[in-house]
Amino acid sequence: MALLTFDTTHKPRQSYASMAVLLAAMIAFPFIASQFGNSWVRILDMALLYIMLALGLNIVVGFAGLLDLGYIAFFAVGAYLTGLLSSPQFAALLESVVNYSPALGDALVKLFGEQIHTDGIHLSVWFIVPLAGLVAALFGALLGAPTLKLRGDYLAIVTLGFGEIIRIFMNNLNDPINFTNGPQGINLIDPIRIFGVSLAGEAGSKATVHIGGLSMPSVNAYYFLFLLLCIVTIFMTGRLQHSRLGRAWVAIREDEIAAKAMGINTRNVKLLAFSMGASFGGVAGAMFAAFQGFVSPESFSLTESIAVLAMVVLGGIGHIPGVVMGGVLLAALPEVLRHVVEPAQQALFGKVVIEAEVLRQLLYGLAMVVIMLYRPAGLWPSPNKEDRPAAALAKEEAEEDAEESRA
Amino acid sequence: METFVQQILNGLVLGSMYALIALGYTMVYGVLNLINFAHGDVLMIGAMVGLTIIKLLNAAFPGLPGGVQLAIAIIGAMPVAMLVNVAIERIAYRRLRNAPRLAPLITAIGVSILLRTFAMMIWGRSPLPFPQLLSSEPIMIGGAVISHTQVLLLVLAAVAMGALVFLVEKTKMGRAMRAVAENPRVAGLMGVDSNRVIVSTFAIGAALAAVAGVMWGANYASIQFAMGTVPGMKAFSAAVLGGIGNIYGAMIGGIVLGIIESLGAGYIGDLTGGFLGSNYQDIFAFIVLILVLTVRPSGIMGERVADRA
Repeated sequence: MALLTFDTTHKPRQSYASMAVLLAAMIAFPFIASQFGNSWVRILDMALLYIMLALGLNIVVGFAGLLDLGYIAFFAVGAYLTGLLSSPQFAALLESVVNYSPALGDALVKLFGEQIHTDGIHLSVWFIVPLAGLVAALFGALLGAPTLKLRGDYLAIVTLGFGEIIRIFMNNLNDPINFTNGPQGINLIDPIRIFGVSLAGEAGSKATVHIGGLSMPSVNAYYFLFLLLCIVTIFMTGRLQHSRLGRAWVAIREDEIAAKAMGINTRNVKLLAFSMGASFGGVAGAMFAAFQGFVSPESFSLTESIAVLAMVVLGGIGHIPGVVMGGVLLAALPEVLRHVVEPAQQALFGKVVIEAEVLRQLLYGLAMVVIMLYRPAGLWPSPNKEDRPAAALAKEEAEEDAEESRA
Repeated sequence: METFVQQILNGLVLGSMYALIALGYTMVYGVLNLINFAHGDVLMIGAMVGLTIIKLLNAAFPGLPGGVQLAIAIIGAMPVAMLVNVAIERIAYRRLRNAPRLAPLITAIGVSILLRTFAMMIWGRSPLPFPQLLSSEPIMIGGAVISHTQVLLLVLAAVAMGALVFLVEKTKMGRAMRAVAENPRVAGLMGVDSNRVIVSTFAIGAALAAVAGVMWGANYASIQFAMGTVPGMKAFSAAVLGGIGNIYGAMIGGIVLGIIESLGAGYIGDLTGGFLGSNYQDIFAFIVLILVLTVRPSGIMGERVADRA
């Protein structure tokens, strides 16, 4: 990374210049990519969502050093909340309550009104996004709470369990009261509408969005929204990292007891890490639901949690540009595998020996093992020694010691 | 009343499998203070290898009695699972023994994904049917029903746990294990080869997981590459419930969790007025885990688990 640097403390001019170059490239990107078809821009949109997830997880894993293995559950919470509150699903929910217990159902129908009973709730994005962030944050804190006094390992197993549990609920909470519509998932989720402009394009416009005099395909409009959100997330997590709170997280990551001795309220600070990390996942989930138009339990499997974790680990635990790079690499990976590796196998062996999907899993697993063993600070570690997790430092010190003893 | 006896029996069967798996978690945790996230997948490897052996036996010696097939499958699956678990320790954990905690946790989850993917490549994606090897004639106990496979499972679990207790309490290796669990450094000074102890711990845990895996297949008649996650998580909850690091705790915790789960699944419909059904069986282990961590993190057998760092 000699050409681009994001080290604002040591090389401010260079890093601002590289940020400007990168931003220009990012803005031009969809216009170039859409020449090759909208599906490429769609892939980019998903990549941006995953980068947001990786940045959120980086708060928990990277800054506070607590392993969260069920991060996708917060994504699911955001997505299902959006599904419930901006689609006809709420009407189905009320209907199922009426069938289950007419008295309660009728009371609820009276409370919400006939309009909602027939059409469901359609909240605006301005309510959905903060709500998704808040609810996800609440879940994050609730999950973290039982493990506060214990070693970080317990958080890993509790979150792993939660990731599995939430799938049971998504799959089964359709009977007798229909919250999630079961394995079919929730359909017809409203697209995002900002200042009266629907990002899916108005009806009959063939998914073309007009903003002012400009018109562009719907996927491009979402791209710019997600890019903006990503930049906001990068900015926020960057500011968080160097805030008082961020330093407290690092202190806990390196040595919890020492941090406590320094007067850090470890309980509150850890809870804040869980909930702040989760809230980014919730917001990304809300975006995902509105972008896709439907949500189903399949999108929130353990594999997805692992994918997000692999992004953080591969790029560089705790280093924001590294995490973004990890996100880009691993989000692009499935497409590269599908378009390059599968045809290559076809050409070499006459058939596909290892499917792209299987290969992707292998690479995730391998990345986590190999990176942790040989390059624990990731492919692009932070230039500031104090921002790197102790894993990297311990290794460097060991090497230095070895060199000293040789000399 | 009949449902009650039946659920208790089911719980014992389920619980003895959890106990076998939980022992692997708790022993590794005892010596290394590490959650071996790949343990559930070692169970899966055991089940898969067992099934392969049964298929090979059927091809080579048709007409072999089912009981013999099952016995050979278990005996054959054990060394493979032991080898896999020892390799995991060697590759993914040993170098990171003094690294910060996050590092071995991440390699553990990476290894788990790798094992699962390899299994998917070898044995395929779809669930494999596990043949019915023992007589399918049900045995009646006081109005409740239990299968021959389940009786064998209870016996095997009891024998395996008895052997483990003997090993840990009465042999030299067992004493070495207890010493390393207490304090690896001091144990080293006393002449205990802690690496050897750690390797044997992984091997013993894997052998128990292989027994549980093959019997899991025989009991549920279907196995799949991803089968390890849920039993793994539940067995870990059982280990925490019993008091992690304590082998008696893992046994008790496993049985108690099994009984809680099957009673819960049997009565959740009545308790919630039909609102939740037995498809929520899997949430009980999680609720137990959360409750134990909140109320009594040291578990039933009460070893100290608070952060020692």
